[in-house]
Amino acid sequence: MIALTERGVLRPAYNAANSSARSWAIRLMLGVLVALVSAVGSLAFGGSASATDEEQSIFGTISYTDEESNERIFLEGVEITVEGVATVGTDADGAFLVPVAPGDYTVTIDPATLPPGTSLRDLDRIELTALVEPGRDQRVLFSVVAGETGFQELGGGISFRRVSQLVANGLKDGLYLAMAAIGLSLIFGTTGLTNFAHAEMVTWGMLSTYFFNFYGLAGVIGFLAPLPAPFGDGVPVVLAVVFGGISGGVLGWLINRVLFKGARRSGVALLSQMLMTIGLSILMRYVMLYFFRGGPRQYLEFTAQRAVTLGPIELTPKDMIAMLLSVVILTGVGLYLQRTKMGKAMRAVSDNRELAESTGIDVERVISNVWVAGAALAATAGAFYGLTTIRWDFGFRILLLMFAAVVLGGLGTAYGAFMGALLVGLSISLSTLFIDAELKNMVALLVLVVVLLFRPQGLFGRAERIG
Amino acid sequence: MDWGFIFERVMTAAIGPEVIVFALAAIGLNVQFGYAGLLNFGQVGFMAAGAYGVGMAVYWLNISFWLGIGLGLVYALILAMLLGLPTLRLRADYLAIVTIASSETIRLFVRWRGNSGRTGASEGIGEFARPFYDLNPLDNAARYQFGPFNFLGRDLWVVIIGWILVGIALLLVWQWMRSPWGRALKAIREDEDAARALGKNSYVYKLQALLIGGLIASVAGMLQVIQKAAVQPDTFNPVITFMIWTILILGGPGRVWSPVIGSMIYWSLIVFLENFLRQLPPGSRSTLESTIKLSDFNISQFRFILVGLGLILLARYRPQGIFGSREEMALDDR
Repeated sequence: MIALTERGVLRPAYNAANSSARSWAIRLMLGVLVALVSAVGSLAFGGSASATDEEQSIFGTISYTDEESNERIFLEGVEITVEGVATVGTDADGAFLVPVAPGDYTVTIDPATLPPGTSLRDLDRIELTALVEPGRDQRVLFSVVAGETGFQELGGGISFRRVSQLVANGLKDGLYLAMAAIGLSLIFGTTGLTNFAHAEMVTWGMLSTYFFNFYGLAGVIGFLAPLPAPFGDGVPVVLAVVFGGISGGVLGWLINRVLFKGARRSGVALLSQMLMTIGLSILMRYVMLYFFRGGPRQYLEFTAQRAVTLGPIELTPKDMIAMLLSVVILTGVGLYLQRTKMGKAMRAVSDNRELAESTGIDVERVISNVWVAGAALAATAGAFYGLTTIRWDFGFRILLLMFAAVVLGGLGTAYGAFMGALLVGLSISLSTLFIDAELKNMVALLVLVVVLLFRPQGLFGRAERIG
Repeated sequence: MDWGFIFERVMTAAIGPEVIVFALAAIGLNVQFGYAGLLNFGQVGFMAAGAYGVGMAVYWLNISFWLGIGLGLVYALILAMLLGLPTLRLRADYLAIVTIASSETIRLFVRWRGNSGRTGASEGIGEFARPFYDLNPLDNAARYQFGPFNFLGRDLWVVIIGWILVGIALLLVWQWMRSPWGRALKAIREDEDAARALGKNSYVYKLQALLIGGLIASVAGMLQVIQKAAVQPDTFNPVITFMIWTILILGGPGRVWSPVIGSMIYWSLIVFLENFLRQLPPGSRSTLESTIKLSDFNISQFRFILVGLGLILLARYRPQGIFGSREEMALDDR
């Protein structure tokens, strides 16, 4: 990391931070670290919250709007649980309040206690997280709608409607997961490196999209703050997603250039490189926590969309568009790998590095491209995932899923990663028919272990000795 | 700035419970990685196994705390088998993938609300360590000061038992590694094919190493929850594993003593940095707060940021750590 500034790769950003802030203070701290994310951080947080020790509360109201009379109806007796604190029922005005100390909480609603004829609007929002800051009570919102849509109770029967809904959700997660996982597989294929920091690319995409959305390009380059949009002001989510994807590509290029190119050249063992990716993963994760803090957030737009009914399934328009875009992007990746010279070179290097090199392919250039493309894809996936909630450790939460996907498909293959991701997404989603939704990600571990036991080369990998 | 206070804090931390817990866990990892070359990225899972063994024995099974220690060891054994059996025949990174994934899964599973009767879910388990402190010949509530070290009686009891355990673990590792078994283990690390050609069943050896390292780590987990007097699922965060890795590589893998030295250096540094930043004069503190968001919350993130930086730099430039030898660390991809 020291070499990072010596080589001047990040010099501009570093100077930018210096000119805008008190430079001595920055030098005092890990200057490099600041440069890396000066970045995301410099504008992120206004004044610090005044610290009081008073008890705060988590509160909210459970209600829905009756479509016919257009009247707001408040629901009594719905059970809300603030994990580790208390479970309360709503009163006659649909209100609940749980006194808590400042901190991070998980708030869940029990859908089984909703009155008949009502249900949760969004399947993903049965469990919310609330960051309670000192001196400020935190409202949490559970959207309830009239009708038997969404899900009525946890672990309810297997109906055609429920299965179709779960397939749709699984497909959504699978598509995003495929974008996130392809880079992991290709980097492994071309360099032999298991990149544990790839999950952080997903988080990076999510957070940088958020910062672009709130602060515009200035979110990434601090000194542009006084300029008008799209430099000094937030940009629409649609544009922010594009910027987020690009910033992922830039970061991927940078990481390869600064950390791993040199390591490969000086013959650092793959095992040590793997440890470097672990270090990088922790570094990125906690630097992001440092500037983003613990609580979940949302983009400025598309926060609470009403789901659209399509036959037996319900999806929000934002999810539909993001799914459509992922299909387009994944098709593009497929065509790129199949048709273009660089894409073919990537597959060739993945297949057999020495052979590819001997046919005149510039392997280092291919690797660099793989890093850029893989990271950009992962960042875009992160930006899409962020349409639901944005968390500082989101990537790490789906790391297991990504590995399950690439191992299932066959480590090192792009198409395998795609198929693996779809299968993992679907099986996880459908597993909630039988097990508690909170445990659904464990299915990925099961998939992983079963594949390793019986077909370690993956469903689509070439059978070869890998032990 | 009170340098005397900072000095006392650092010295106390350098032999304190955290150093012991992480040294023990790193001794376990040293058996797995340093001697057998196994990439166990889920060491915290073994710690959780030990911790929940003692916790669940008291909370769920209503049996004696001392039997709980046995239960913790059994949990660690089961975990080692689950992780090792499917992966140890394969290339080294498959173990890495499965262990990193499973340690997080363990955390999610024990904090699942369906488990609240067994593991206490997200609230965890308290009130189980009493029998341990009842044996304390010192006064649990009194403060003991000797030289720059300052401990509460109950912590001092943990520290004494802890160092005895560390001593036993070091002695065992030292003995094992100079036995024929240890030499075979190192041979497998250096060249598995050669070891196999000589008739050594490398699979069994690796499984044994994973198991022994896991058992030592589970003891570390037990000691940790006994000291905290609470079993909390979120203390078994995967990042703990990487703190253990940093400690091991800092000291130097494949050396008997290095986990202990690594742990002492690591914790002294962290405690010094955090206390130093917290004690900055109000003026410079507020400047730092407005420029780089140096809040109290963020100060406590530094240890993780440093772990990340440290791992990158160590792995890149000095994978043999302070005491290790370059030749032994020249592990290649397998």
